[in-house]
Amino acid sequence: MKKTICILLAVVMVIGMLAGCGSSKTETAQSAPAGSSDAPAAAAASDTASAGSEAPAAPLKIAVIGPFTGAAALYGNACRYGAQVAADEINALGGMQIELLCEDDEHDPEKSVNAYNTVLDQGAQMIAGTTTTSPCLAVSAQAFEDRVFMLTPSASSNKVPEGKDNMYQVCFEDPAMGVFSAQIIAENALGTKVAVIYNNADDYSTGIYQNFKTKSAELGLEIVSETTFTDDTTDFSVQVAAAKDAGADLVFLPIYYTPASMILQTAKTMDYAPIFFGVDGMDGILDMEGFDASLAEGVILLTPFSAFSEDARTVDFVAKYQAADPSGSAPNQFAADAYDAIYALYNASVAAGITGDTPYDEACELLIAQFATLQYSGLTGEMTWTSDGRVSKMPAAYVIKDGSYVAFGE
Amino acid sequence: MVSFLRFLINGISLGSVYAIIALGYTMVYGIAKMLNFAHGDIIMVGAYISFCAISYLDLPPLLAVLLAMAVCTALGIVIEGLAYKPLRQAPKLAVLITAIGVSYFLQNSALLIWSSNPKVFPSIFGSSALQLFGGALSITSEAIVTICANIVIMIALTLFTSRTKTGKAMRAVSEDKGAAQLMGIDVNRTISLTFAIGSALAAVAGVLLCSTYHTLMPTTGSMPGIKAFTAAVFGGIGSIPGAMIGGLLLGVIEILGKAYISTELGDALVFGVLIIVLLFKPAGLLGKPVSEKV
Repeated sequence: MKKTICILLAVVMVIGMLAGCGSSKTETAQSAPAGSSDAPAAAAASDTASAGSEAPAAPLKIAVIGPFTGAAALYGNACRYGAQVAADEINALGGMQIELLCEDDEHDPEKSVNAYNTVLDQGAQMIAGTTTTSPCLAVSAQAFEDRVFMLTPSASSNKVPEGKDNMYQVCFEDPAMGVFSAQIIAENALGTKVAVIYNNADDYSTGIYQNFKTKSAELGLEIVSETTFTDDTTDFSVQVAAAKDAGADLVFLPIYYTPASMILQTAKTMDYAPIFFGVDGMDGILDMEGFDASLAEGVILLTPFSAFSEDARTVDFVAKYQAADPSGSAPNQFAADAYDAIYALYNASVAAGITGDTPYDEACELLIAQFATLQYSGLTGEMTWTSDGRVSKMPAAYVIKDGSYVAFGE
Repeated sequence: MVSFLRFLINGISLGSVYAIIALGYTMVYGIAKMLNFAHGDIIMVGAYISFCAISYLDLPPLLAVLLAMAVCTALGIVIEGLAYKPLRQAPKLAVLITAIGVSYFLQNSALLIWSSNPKVFPSIFGSSALQLFGGALSITSEAIVTICANIVIMIALTLFTSRTKTGKAMRAVSEDKGAAQLMGIDVNRTISLTFAIGSALAAVAGVLLCSTYHTLMPTTGSMPGIKAFTAAVFGGIGSIPGAMIGGLLLGVIEILGKAYISTELGDALVFGVLIIVLLFKPAGLLGKPVSEKV
C-alpha cells in the first residue's frame, strides 16, 4: 500500500514539474518555427555571400535569460521575442550568425543563477539579460566573478551595474526616471499637489519614487500623499482615497501597468480625475486585453519606445515582432530594449573582432573596451555608455489620446 | 465619518469575497480533513471561464457565471477523483503536497492557455452606484452584489447542511468517517459532492473578485486564496459561519488598517491579528476545540 502511495505521489510531482517546464518548452517550440522560417533565407544569404570560400564560422552565442513563465512572464517573453527579431535580422544579413540561448528564470534569483550556469555550459559568450532586476543582481555578481559580459535590456535598478565593470544597461536607470518625471511635471506646471502611489515591495518602483521625492523637493513640488502597495494587492481604494482626500491634482505612478490599470479603474469609481503620470512601466497598459482605453485618456508616461511611432524602423519592428510573438501582441519597450541589446552586442562584437570561437572571458574584456566608445542608434534612441555601465539616452514623454500615444507637448 | 463608512463598505465587500472563498476551504477541510491549496486556482479558472464566455462568446453575464460554475464543479470533481481520492488513506502530508502540486498544475496550465498577459475583466454589474449623503458616499453595484451574494450563499449553505439529507450526511462524514460509512453513507460520494459545491462557490468568488478588481492573471487566485485560508482558520476551520465571520473581519481589518495605520502594514496587520487570535483561541473564533484521545 505504501509503495503505491509513493508511486502515486511521484507521478503527481512529475506531472506538476511537467506543468512547470511544459510552458517554457512549448513556447520555445513555438518560437522555433518563427526562427526556422527565416533560417533558410539566412542560410541562402550567407551561401551567396561567402560563396563557398570558407567553412561556415561558429555562430556568436548570446544568452537571453528572463522570466518566460510565472508572474513576470510578460517582460521575459517580450525580451525573448524582441531579441529573436534582432537575431533573425542579423542572421539574414549573412555575416556573422547569432545563436540565441534562451533560458527561463521565472523572475527568481536562484533559478536565474541556474539558468546562467546552464547557458554557460551551452557555450554562451555573452548575456543579453537578465530581464528583471532582482535576478539580474544575483546573476551579475556571479558573472562579475566569472568575467562574462552582461548587457541587460531592462533591469533598471542603479544597483545593477554598481561596482561591476562588465555589467551594462540598455534601459534608463530608475533614478534618472524619477528625476526626469519631476522635471517634466515642474517645467510644465502639470500639478502643484502631487500624490504618489508606489510598490514598496519592488526595487524598481521604490527607486524611482525616492529620486522623484528628492528632485521634487528641489523643484518645489509638494507631495501631499504617499501610499504603497505590494505585488499581491488587489484593492486600491485606500490609496486612491488618500490621494483624493489630500486634494492631489496629479498622481505620480512609478509602477507597472497592471496595478496602474486597477488604480485608474478605482479612481473612476470614485469620480476622481487628476492627471496621472506614469513612467516606463506604464507602457503596455493599452495592450491589456479588455482594457477600457478611455480610462487611460490623458495619462502621461515616460518611455523610450512607442509602438505607435510612424518611424519606418519602428513600424518594421512592430510587424516582425507581432509575427514572432505567438500571442501576436504589439511590442512594448522591453521588446525594443532587447532588440537594441542584441544589436549593440553584435555591433560591438564585430568591431572587436569577436567570433563564435572567442572564449567568454576574452570576449568580456574586448566588449568592455568596445562599449567605452560604442555609439548605437536603436529603436529606443541614440545610446552611448559610461564606463560604469550606465546608458545615456533621452526619454520621451507621451500622452495617451484616443487609445494611442501622442508625443507630449504637441 | 463618510470616509470611514466608505472604507468600511470596501472592507465588507472585500471580506465577502474572502468569505465565499473561505467557505470552500472550510467545507473541504471539515469533511475531507484536508487543506485544498488548489482552491485559489479554481477561482482563477472560474474567472477565466466567465471572462472567455463574456468576451469571446458574448454570453450574458448570468449565463457566463453559470457556465463558470459548471466548469469549476466538473474540475473540482475531476481533481478530487484523480489527485485526492487515491490518497484517502495516505498521510495528511502527502495529500497536502499533492494539493500544492495541483495548484501549480492549474496555474501553469492557465499560463499556457491564456498566456501571462493580464486581462481586464469587464464590469458585469453595470457602472451605476448607489449614492448616499448627497453623493459623498457612493457604493458600487459590485460591492452590493458581492455582499448580497455572500449573505445568500451563507444562508443557503447553512440550510443545506442542517435540513437536507445530503447535508446531514456531510456533517456525519465530517464527524466520523468510519461511523458514517457504517450507517450506510457513501463517504466517497459525499466528499466528491463537497468538492463540487466548494468549486462552484470558487467560480462565483472568482467572478465577484474579478468584477470588483478587474485584473485577471494566472496568479490572480493565489493571494486571495491564502487570505481566505487565513480567514477560514481565523473563524475556526470547519465551521461555515466561522468562515463568514473570519472573511468579513479579515477584509475590514485589512482595509481599515491600510487606511488609518499604514498602507505598508496592511497585510502584516491581517496576519498579526490572526496570530493573536490563534494564541488565545487556537481553534479559531467559532471552531470547536478538539480533545485528542491519547
